[in-house]
Amino acid sequence: MTDVHEPPTTVAPLLSVESLRVVVTGTGNDVVDEVSFAVRAGEVMGLVGESGSGKTTVALALMGHTRRGLTIDSGKVLLAGDDILVGKTDLRELRGASVSYVAQDPVSALNPALKVGTQLREIFDAHPDVRPPEGGVDGRIADVLADVRLDSVERVLDSYPHQLSGGQQQRVMLGMAFACRPKLIILDEPTTGLDVTTQRHILETIRTLCGRYQVGAVYVSHDLAVVADIASTIGIMYAGRLIEHGSVAAAFRAPAHPYTRGLLRAIPDPSRAHVLEGMEGQPPRPGSRPRGCSFAPRCSFSQPACLEGFPLPVAIGAEHWARCLRAEEITVLPPLGELPERDHSGKREGTAPLLEVKSLDAQYGEKPVLHDVSLDVRPHRCLAVVGESGAGKTTFARCLVGLHSRWTGEMAFGGESLSNDRRKRSREQIRRMQYVFQNPYTSLNPRKTVGQLVEQPLRELLDINGAQRRERVVTALEEAALNAGYADRYPDQLSGGERQRVAIARALVVEPELLICDEVTSALDVSVQAAIVELLHRLQVTRGLTLVLITHNLALVRSIADDVVILRDGLVVEQGQTVLDNPQSEYAVQLMADVPTLSVAAHG
Amino acid sequence: MSSRREWLVILKRALRTPRGYIGLTVAGLVVLLAIVGPWLAPHNPTLTVTETFGTPGGGNGLLGGDVLGRDVFSRVLAGGRTLLGMAAAATVLGVGLGVWLGVTAAYLGKWRDGLIMRVVDVFLAFPQIVFALLLVSVAGSHAWLVILAVGISHAPQVARVVRAAALDVCERDFVKAVELYDTPSFRVIAGEVLPNILSVVMVELGLRFTYSILIIASMAFLGFGVTPPAANWGLMINENRIGLVVNPWAVIVPAGLIAVLTVGLNTFTDAVARASLGVDRPAEEAALTTPVQLGLE
Repeated sequence: MTDVHEPPTTVAPLLSVESLRVVVTGTGNDVVDEVSFAVRAGEVMGLVGESGSGKTTVALALMGHTRRGLTIDSGKVLLAGDDILVGKTDLRELRGASVSYVAQDPVSALNPALKVGTQLREIFDAHPDVRPPEGGVDGRIADVLADVRLDSVERVLDSYPHQLSGGQQQRVMLGMAFACRPKLIILDEPTTGLDVTTQRHILETIRTLCGRYQVGAVYVSHDLAVVADIASTIGIMYAGRLIEHGSVAAAFRAPAHPYTRGLLRAIPDPSRAHVLEGMEGQPPRPGSRPRGCSFAPRCSFSQPACLEGFPLPVAIGAEHWARCLRAEEITVLPPLGELPERDHSGKREGTAPLLEVKSLDAQYGEKPVLHDVSLDVRPHRCLAVVGESGAGKTTFARCLVGLHSRWTGEMAFGGESLSNDRRKRSREQIRRMQYVFQNPYTSLNPRKTVGQLVEQPLRELLDINGAQRRERVVTALEEAALNAGYADRYPDQLSGGERQRVAIARALVVEPELLICDEVTSALDVSVQAAIVELLHRLQVTRGLTLVLITHNLALVRSIADDVVILRDGLVVEQGQTVLDNPQSEYAVQLMADVPTLSVAAHG
Repeated sequence: MSSRREWLVILKRALRTPRGYIGLTVAGLVVLLAIVGPWLAPHNPTLTVTETFGTPGGGNGLLGGDVLGRDVFSRVLAGGRTLLGMAAAATVLGVGLGVWLGVTAAYLGKWRDGLIMRVVDVFLAFPQIVFALLLVSVAGSHAWLVILAVGISHAPQVARVVRAAALDVCERDFVKAVELYDTPSFRVIAGEVLPNILSVVMVELGLRFTYSILIIASMAFLGFGVTPPAANWGLMINENRIGLVVNPWAVIVPAGLIAVLTVGLNTFTDAVARASLGVDRPAEEAALTTPVQLGLE
């Protein structure tokens, strides 16, 4: 399903970035350094990295822009041969006309108070020199909207942004970006937050338009699978530097940098349930980067020479290079080689369902969210509840734990009926069923230490003394792969992955039987996600914990779940053990087909 | 930045800005004068020692004499402590009451929120000074009553601000997480909500202190809360305005001190507010934490 466009090799690059360096104003610490790459007309280059890697900083620098507090220190950004960073360039002229930008979130990028048509026309008021001749503006706008495949042009132009769906809004943003027929377009995670089906359509549109108008594109994303789908070349960023660059096929089939290899091994594959391999540690922050290779401290291939200086690019093949001393050895290793299939034996099996849900109907305000949901959660197994945004999966999880009480139907936990109202549930029922929130940046009180946070449920739910509590806090932290030393730290001293481990430890500390995890990895980077998924799987096997995993990520489900329930618009579409292998409903088949994959790497 | 003591971090950050240290220095000097003043007064502030409205210099002391021939300089030194003490007490009372009302309303929500806030709205309809005067004129002119009146008149405004801040905190996941353990409301409020609105409370304290000084001085001007012949800056302005032409210093100095104190305090509070919002954050921190907000430029 992924087709890789071979770039035309003879054309001079449209965009050429040379030794770009962006620093923090004042301190001079580099946020981005030594970044060089080129993009040809009609080509899509993927710029990939985890949060904080500097990918967005590079993307903004391509328009001569930096976020507040940052300065472009040195380097060149050549657009069709002209350096846009040199003073004479009129950036106002450039932006929107020659280089355009599509932001991640169309809701905040579109003006909510102006109709879409007005906002589209504004572009030509800002760029009179590229305005189509008199009377041509409306024609151009119609063309542009047709290009981005928005039907009923009149209605869209006459709508306010909030009257359009997320996918339509992003299409409007794309239309705006292509309106002036720019030479280069920068896309900053344009499909994050969209459903997989919408995402696939948007990606197709981008690819078609770039080809048709010979526009070069830089596609910034944290999602390797999406980049594999759309881009022909890829640059991988780590700690502010480009560490590998090459064609998508080359970089994914034969990654030459251990970080790229690590990313590929951390990503779940929707077609195969393999064990995920997380990366330990976290990238160094600007200002505290080591003299040598910044990945060396986390790298299993590192050797003493790695600590001496930042490696120069090592060419592997035509236009494929990596900044690693051992690139030539690493590139010949099969990237996913020895990752074993997930072994589901060894799990305990129970017969009677631990949690039974019968004809659950739930409302949010006046709006029905769930309709006639019935399912069983079998003990010691992992049930994944899958659905796109708005399918009602979070409401479902919240009904289970009692955060959402407007539901009717029956719920029985270990044979006992569960009340709608959390306050009417017994302490024992509360203890046995724990919930982990989606976002570890908001689920931990920033004013409490890790020790205090993990102790909270013990104080409220069990009658044990201080010493016993402390002992159990340490045990829980260790089970979540954190050592006792974390107890005195505050959440803001922890990385996202560590925070989520604290949240999991807080759930484990009361020794629950059922753990409900609501999108627990969606706020985390893939390498961290892999480690959390492995942690959950280990807990399931070693403690016989039952898991209910709420997620939109089908690949993740494939990797860890035993049973799957697919929700759509509040209805159960399909459920069972073999939903992903052998989807029966049209919707499930479609979903599986739309998930972007790294199949280039796996089946290369 | 660590979150151990957020209020300390914010104070320190505020003090690093010119607004912060100038404001605190100015206000601090006046407060210091008010506190140690009574011990430094060269004359008994309530006894006649010079001629009525005596001009400064000579036998009339540094700032001359007042309406009854008392030493203005001594009365200035002696007249701040009670004023500031009363203002501080009223502030603590008012902010404490307001925080309690605001947080309770925000956390409990629904009809209790409605009830508390509608009552608050009724009180908000009265101008503060009118409300305080009403209370004092009905119940008598005691210092404690002035404190109570001013404190109560602050509470509705504090409650509004605090409720808005607390509503945001109450919606956060960490509050829901603790609610899941069936934690009693007061523990959720004290452990989860309050520590996260401390910066708002700090700003309110500064702001309401300024207002308290102004209101209590105004009430003293009108003769409430002080018993002549006790010295009080507010009262001094009233007593001596008839002699403004002869010895203006008896009015200018106490009025000036109140003005300088309130301006200094306000400046400092402003610095604290900015620090807690992150307006004056160091560039690096700003760059690494502010999300990109860039549309089509």
